[in-house]
Amino acid sequence: MPKIGILALQGAFIEHQKMLDTVGAETTQVRLPDDLQDLDGLVIPGGESTTIGKLATQYGLIAPLREFARSKPTWGTCAGLIFLAKDIGIEAQPILGLMDIQVNRNAFGRQVDSFEIPLIIKGIAEDAPFPAVFIRAPMVTHAQPTVTVLATLPKGGIVAVQQQHLLGTAFHPELTDDLRFHEYFYDMVKSNLA
Amino acid sequence: MSSNGTNGHMTSNDTEKGTEKVKRGLAQMLKGGVIMDVVTPDQAKIAEDAGACAVMALERVPADIRVQGGVARMSDPDMIEGIINAVTIPVMAKARIGHFVEAQILQALGVDYIDESEVLTPADEEHHINKHKFTVPFVCGCRNLGEALRRIAEGAAMMRTKGEAGTGDVVEAVRHARAVHSEIRKLTAMDEDELFTYAKNIQAPYTLVKETAELGRLPVVNFAAGGVATPADAALMMQLGVDGVFVGSGIFKSGDPAKRAKAIVEAVTHYNDPAILAQVSRGLGEAMVGINITPDNIVLGKRGW
Repeated sequence: MPKIGILALQGAFIEHQKMLDTVGAETTQVRLPDDLQDLDGLVIPGGESTTIGKLATQYGLIAPLREFARSKPTWGTCAGLIFLAKDIGIEAQPILGLMDIQVNRNAFGRQVDSFEIPLIIKGIAEDAPFPAVFIRAPMVTHAQPTVTVLATLPKGGIVAVQQQHLLGTAFHPELTDDLRFHEYFYDMVKSNLA
Repeated sequence: MSSNGTNGHMTSNDTEKGTEKVKRGLAQMLKGGVIMDVVTPDQAKIAEDAGACAVMALERVPADIRVQGGVARMSDPDMIEGIINAVTIPVMAKARIGHFVEAQILQALGVDYIDESEVLTPADEEHHINKHKFTVPFVCGCRNLGEALRRIAEGAAMMRTKGEAGTGDVVEAVRHARAVHSEIRKLTAMDEDELFTYAKNIQAPYTLVKETAELGRLPVVNFAAGGVATPADAALMMQLGVDGVFVGSGIFKSGDPAKRAKAIVEAVTHYNDPAILAQVSRGLGEAMVGINITPDNIVLGKRGW
């Protein structure tokens, strides 16, 4: 059975794990480089991107994570999306830098500006909109032609992207009870093995 | 407020702010992290650099409030704004129990979470703030399940144990975390008839008691607070089943705040790995001077009802 790891340094990793368990995946938590062995896919969850970046650096995870995500399906939500991006506008924060996107952290303001909105998502939620939850969320400010835009806000602003085996969302499917995103990612992992 | 029964605020394009999901969701993003008390922008930077997932802006840490006494109030907006501008991580601030105007001011300042806190001097001895009226989420303290569920009924989106702030003695935090968790374990074994009576006995709304029984945990994120001073204290609370840790006086009242802060952050992530805990516990310098808790000096934890 395909095995998916969830980066468990800080943030909402248990929520992702429960959703992936529900769609039938075998899951495990990743805190140290050795935990990446035998995994077929990885989720980088939401949390505080500065905290996750520091802990990943401290325990030698940056290079192994980058190597993993070069070839295997990896999905970043919120802080995870920031982690996957090539350009986040500041040098100091460690990132994997794999997706051809520019990301603005905290693009919507402070917590009082956090919001929910139903969104149509290409290939994932086309008939019935997906309940997208944005919490102090980032936004993709520019995507290269190598990147497929899966969702934009009605007012503009890219919030879900895919680049081959890499998936990124500015919002949090793991905070809903809608399994479509997790099913989609599980399918990505399975088809990468086939 | 919208008319659809939620407490969200509708705007254009079906965007909804201040919903229960959004309020509780930020706490979910803080899980597995450490929230540190800071009294200056410089301390906030040290906390952020150490890997804190949020900071709590306040004028005096609880250890000083205990010593100096007097009425402890919401902090100066200038000081809170200075901290907001110094870091990119979420900033929390404390309002007095029942002081809804302090909470209105904190919301206007743009803090990310309000702690309706027993560490400050209560402004109302009967009523807590009606937290449903706010867009900003609230965290509140609890000593047991009934208190936690009463706060959640009032709109708290996150809980923390009260512990006994400013002492550096973890014993009260342990007592409160154990109380909450053992009560939840009892709930999960009860039938519906028993749940009704239990809800009455702990003075909590039946619907929340039932939800908690079904989930096998509190319906919101629950952190430990009040007396955590070492990496081992933090890992102890995590192994007891809390979702994350507040450290108040324990960091900036210690000998080497930056190093201790970083060690506690690592201890919370690797709370189940004794080899790493041993490593991060080395050479941290002096811990805060502790005040041993006796029944006579439990002062702060008793506030709130």
